[in-house]
Amino acid sequence: MKRHRLHLLALLLMLVLAVAAAGCGGDDDEGDEAGADTAATAAEETTEEAVSGSINVLAVWTGAEGEAFQAVLDGFTEKNPDVKVSYKSAKDPGQVLATSVEGGNPPDIAALPSPGLMKDFASRGALKEIDFVKDAITENYAGSWLDLGTVEGKLYGLFFKGANKSTVWYNVAVFEDAGVEPPEDWDAFLEAADTLKASGVAAYSLGGADGWTLTDLFENIYLRTAGPEKYDQLADHEIPWTDPSVKEALTEMGKVLGDTENIAGGTSGALQTDFPTSVTQVYSTPPKAAQVLEGDFVGGVIAAETKAKPETGFNVYAFPEIGDSGQVVVGGGDVMVMFKDNPAARALIKYLATPEAGQIWAEKGGFSSPNKNVDESVYPDEITKKTAIDLAQAEVFRFDLSDLQPAAFGGDAMFTILQDFLKSPKDVDGAAQKLEKAAAAAFKS
Amino acid sequence: MSSTSVRAEFPLEEGTPPAPESPRWRGLGTPLVFLAPAIFFLVIWMVYPTLRTMLRSLYSDDGDRFVWLENYERLFRDDRLLTAIKNNAFWVLLIPAAVTAVGLIFAVLVERVRWSVAFKIAVFMPLAVSLFAVGVIWRIMYQQDPERGAINAAISGAKGFVQETGVLSTAKPSSDALEGTPKGGLTLKDAIRPGAVATLGLTAVSAGEIPEDAKEAVQPEPLQGGISGVVWRDFKPGGGTPGEVEAEEVGLPGVTVELRDAAGKKIDSTTSEDDGTFRFEDVGDGEYRVAIGASTFAQPFRGVNWLGDKLITPAIMFAYIWVTAGFAMVIIGAGLAAIPRDVLEAARTDGGSEWQVFRRVTVPLLGPVLTVVFVTQIIGVLKIFDLVVAIAPGSSQDDAATLAFVMWQRAFSGQNLFGLGAAISTFLLVLFIPFLVFQIKRFRTETA
Repeated sequence: MKRHRLHLLALLLMLVLAVAAAGCGGDDDEGDEAGADTAATAAEETTEEAVSGSINVLAVWTGAEGEAFQAVLDGFTEKNPDVKVSYKSAKDPGQVLATSVEGGNPPDIAALPSPGLMKDFASRGALKEIDFVKDAITENYAGSWLDLGTVEGKLYGLFFKGANKSTVWYNVAVFEDAGVEPPEDWDAFLEAADTLKASGVAAYSLGGADGWTLTDLFENIYLRTAGPEKYDQLADHEIPWTDPSVKEALTEMGKVLGDTENIAGGTSGALQTDFPTSVTQVYSTPPKAAQVLEGDFVGGVIAAETKAKPETGFNVYAFPEIGDSGQVVVGGGDVMVMFKDNPAARALIKYLATPEAGQIWAEKGGFSSPNKNVDESVYPDEITKKTAIDLAQAEVFRFDLSDLQPAAFGGDAMFTILQDFLKSPKDVDGAAQKLEKAAAAAFKS
Repeated sequence: MSSTSVRAEFPLEEGTPPAPESPRWRGLGTPLVFLAPAIFFLVIWMVYPTLRTMLRSLYSDDGDRFVWLENYERLFRDDRLLTAIKNNAFWVLLIPAAVTAVGLIFAVLVERVRWSVAFKIAVFMPLAVSLFAVGVIWRIMYQQDPERGAINAAISGAKGFVQETGVLSTAKPSSDALEGTPKGGLTLKDAIRPGAVATLGLTAVSAGEIPEDAKEAVQPEPLQGGISGVVWRDFKPGGGTPGEVEAEEVGLPGVTVELRDAAGKKIDSTTSEDDGTFRFEDVGDGEYRVAIGASTFAQPFRGVNWLGDKLITPAIMFAYIWVTAGFAMVIIGAGLAAIPRDVLEAARTDGGSEWQVFRRVTVPLLGPVLTVVFVTQIIGVLKIFDLVVAIAPGSSQDDAATLAFVMWQRAFSGQNLFGLGAAISTFLLVLFIPFLVFQIKRFRTETA
């Protein structure tokens, strides 16, 4: 048996070694390369004027987005011909970065899809401070963006691409038939919904099968009724979900969800409608609803899946103000962070903070720059321009709250509870208690 | 399992002559060489992951803290897991029996139909489709909107023969002058006398629903000795004033208006004109009520909510039976073919009816085969996952949850609760054990 056991062991060992060698091989190569690069840049360059070297950039963008970002990077290499920038995309940058940080060879610069991830890497000491662009950010961005890029007083992140989730997309013909104008505040919004109902078309199209459409609606209402300070506290779970401010927001939300005759397909229909259908049914013939409450990415779905034409067929207005909330925006964004501090990387970060960098992508469409000094005229159409300006010039911008929660809560339990709330929109207390219970459990584990 | 099968070889060895050195292991050499690849891969992909998962279930989600049995405690505190356990219990109680029964019926029937091969292929075909694709197909078939879901479209088609959709299926009263519900018909609240004008305002009539020949509504003149009135779309862009006939508002032609006496009995009925007006002439003195009958508002079939929280699990179960019935049919069919014909003949000769032969002879003889199908299905059903993911929309997933599904959700869908996920897997493994033991025992008795 000993002999056999030895054979077995040997076989096992060989396999393990083979796997290990294959796995590490790639990493080693990259590590050497990157190491050599940093060494080279560090040795050669100290001045800002003419940097050289080569840097790696990692982000999620592929396809048309990848090409557009490459064009942005080309704009950088045009100005800095001695710098070689190689861009790689990853479907899940967070995961790729987690392993490459662990392995000691992260890219120089990466775009992270959420500030939560940035916080994670910062607390592990993986990120380098970028206070050298603080002035540029103060000059080019609204105040919220600087705060969002800051972790414990240190600036780590520069927001390059933004997403505006405080938008309402409507069917222009239905609004005209009903004689309704895009409302500016919440009361007018609810009144318009009544008028739409009387005109024979449901006012709301809700994609309730996808729970995140409901969290987006809640967040938009909460940021307006409770204000940004409470919003931040709730995001960090410093106040419980049973707080009166949450209940107030849920009550307002119930005014939409509880108007069941005014929801396309009624409650059960809304619970089975996924997000893409919630968009297309607003532009079907006959239209099943007048408007859909979701972010700027709705525009892409309309363009791809319906025949509606911009401005004459579909249009957009900003999520209405509630009380004196002012012009506030809930949204998302990709934040550029630096894993390695070298002159070339610094130069690229500085470049990305300039309006020119944003303009390159903005011209190509499908992009909202959070940079308020980006020339508005470069946006390819009026609708993109409108949502982008709302985003960049928002008095208050807050990141999508559910994306800042532990995934078990923000990506699951919160969905289910709000879907239950859609089923019984009068049960504000019950929903608040369930949210608190789930949030407490998720923050504990 | 691998170790038991190795041990099962031992008796062979006793027959071989003992070798001079290391007599105990000598005879094992050749079998082991042949078994080595299988053992090797089983260890790598079955034994090691199983043990590793069990060990992992004792650690925290991020894996750096040993937490004893805390994950198992969490398991029983998680509401969705309790639903999952309940659902799994239903699955195990209902489905293996249902699949076996359906398979048996098909297997027996298929022997008697003319196009048996075609029938067999049709029933067996779903098994060739991946479970996930099956889920996608049924998800579409189950859609509630009859315009999207095939099943509701079929029901809607069948109902269409019985019930007609009203001309104004979505309309609502525009003011509280009208009482009742669209379902039971709408009646003017105040009784009126001859010479009065009845105004029946309706809203929520979409622009597409207005009949083509509709003209602008007019306020009708009072009628001497009769009752006149108008049914109109009490809405113009911006809303208008409810209850008032205004410019731009159109009449609703073709609406059946009823005249009822004070007791609510129908006396007369008429149909509205293009401008929405109607008249009941020569009405005797007294109090009357004017109403729009319920048939005007008859709703089209809205569709059964198959994918809602109540029906989602039965809906998934049905799809599962659809897939696996073919498998059961083929296995049981093979068992049927193996039954000696003379036994059946003998039973028939002895005067047994077809049913008696089936129940007293065929089924008992099929016993072992039915058990195979049954136990295989229990194991298949315990790990049901793909159909749940593919069929249940996000809003019903928590109602359709099964253990395997929640395991995936907690550990791999981005929640990264690996400790809890490992605990669920281990729990599921424990549930499997009795059936695995049963299967193995049966294999042994069969080979013996």
